[in-house]
Amino acid sequence: MAYSEKVLDHYENPRNVGSFNPHDTHVGTGMVGAPACGDVMKLQIKVNDQGVIEEAKFKTYGCGSAIASSSLLTEWVKGKTLEQALEIKNTDIAAELALPPVKIHCSVLAEDAIRAAIKDYQSKMLQGAGTTKPDVAAG
Amino acid sequence: MKLPIYLDYAATTPVDPRVADKMMQCLTLDGVFGNAASRSHVFGWKAEDAIDVARNQVAALINADPKEIVWTSGATESDNLAIKGVAHFYKKNGRHIVTCKTEHKAVLDTCRQLEREGYEVTYLDPEPNGLIDLKKLEAALRSDTILVSIMHVNNEIGVIQDVAAIGELCRSRGILFHSDAAQSAGKVEIDMERMKIDLLSLSAHKIYGPKGIGALYVRRKPRVRIEAQLHGGGHERGMRSGTLPTHQIVGMGEAFRIAREEMREEGAKIQKLRNRLWNGLREMEEVYLNGDLERRIPGNLNVSFNYVEGESLIMALKSLAVSSGSACTSSSLEPSYVLRAIGRPDELAHSSIRFSIGRFTTEEEIDYTIKAVRDSISRLRELSPLWDMYKDGIDLAKVQWVAH
Repeated sequence: MAYSEKVLDHYENPRNVGSFNPHDTHVGTGMVGAPACGDVMKLQIKVNDQGVIEEAKFKTYGCGSAIASSSLLTEWVKGKTLEQALEIKNTDIAAELALPPVKIHCSVLAEDAIRAAIKDYQSKMLQGAGTTKPDVAAG
Repeated sequence: MKLPIYLDYAATTPVDPRVADKMMQCLTLDGVFGNAASRSHVFGWKAEDAIDVARNQVAALINADPKEIVWTSGATESDNLAIKGVAHFYKKNGRHIVTCKTEHKAVLDTCRQLEREGYEVTYLDPEPNGLIDLKKLEAALRSDTILVSIMHVNNEIGVIQDVAAIGELCRSRGILFHSDAAQSAGKVEIDMERMKIDLLSLSAHKIYGPKGIGALYVRRKPRVRIEAQLHGGGHERGMRSGTLPTHQIVGMGEAFRIAREEMREEGAKIQKLRNRLWNGLREMEEVYLNGDLERRIPGNLNVSFNYVEGESLIMALKSLAVSSGSACTSSSLEPSYVLRAIGRPDELAHSSIRFSIGRFTTEEEIDYTIKAVRDSISRLRELSPLWDMYKDGIDLAKVQWVAH
């Protein structure tokens, strides 16, 4: 299978690999996918008091396109408000990376991951500071 | 050392230069280009002679009578001819066939076609090591079973079925036995005088012969009948019509001659390289061998690297030509059906790589491979959320995944 140059670039030099402490109240964690399906994405955002995503980190188990989709997404969400981040569509990711039809699901997964991370952050905000979440915040 | 390194000999092999030499003598005007069916001139006679030599060479490797060899276009056609040929010829005796879930698609898809024609097929589950339990096979046999088709060596995991024992069982029950030997000929001993196999599919391109040529062994004693699937000039005693491709056949013959003379020595050399590779990889954490290690051909190593997805690993290993059991390398979304059938969970099937070693593999290449794989696995595990969870002691089986 031929990969686009952008997929190869993100795969070989993935941006923002890593993890934040999921218990941090400023951190939202989204984990989507399943090992049995061949891809799992963990996306974390660190949100400041103004509601802007200051930093994002990811770890992905999956094919090159899945790794590239999550790497790209961490670049895109940085500096965006939560509302702006929610506007990112899987089609934008697929277009930017020139994903072939069989790899569209990778971009869908990335969109799901950012939504899950924002949802996790927002539910923490509602619960108030100090509450802890389990390490595995699946979706 | 030249990159990329070819470690996909189970997919196909390069033609041995000695084979290519022989083939090139059968193409041009001053070579043996004639039609073996031309009985009226020397061009035809020469072609017939060359094909006779090849027929003897192929028969010799499996200790068979040359008259039992039917040329085909490859193992896929041989499988089709054997299974459909028997089913159609013997349909009055019964319409039940037994095979295994880990067979090659050429067998499985042919069986599916026969199901559409009204036959019944039992697909046996292999044991976790990839081998057939003879008792389970025996239990599947019925009074209307006409054929059992079990491959000799599996193409993905390289395990060797006990075809001698399966042959004994089938013969004692009066059931015909077909075996696909595309992956075994020239790698493990096949003795048709001793083994009670009635039909055997052979391929040239898996053992340094050309693509597009194969053969079906059809036993004469006791005589096995098949209905032709290709009709025409009545070549190959009516079992397979079509002008014989002299250069292809001569190439297959030479490849089989070389295999017969060199397989013992070559097998030992390849096995040493395979073990060197396995020893270099098994030290890592969470690495699993797929299929039995002992009852396995020398050149195959199928390994799952847990928490790393196969396609991303292949991308990382761009200096190696290997294949993956992960869904992502093919257009289907299912991971390897062979690894599933031996009970591997999907995530391990997604994480699998098949290394297949052959005639031209060197120790230097194996050492390079070990280092490349180890480096890539650590890099990709650094990227893998599953690896982190494993390291934190989380049982992945208990996590509620948001499946897609």
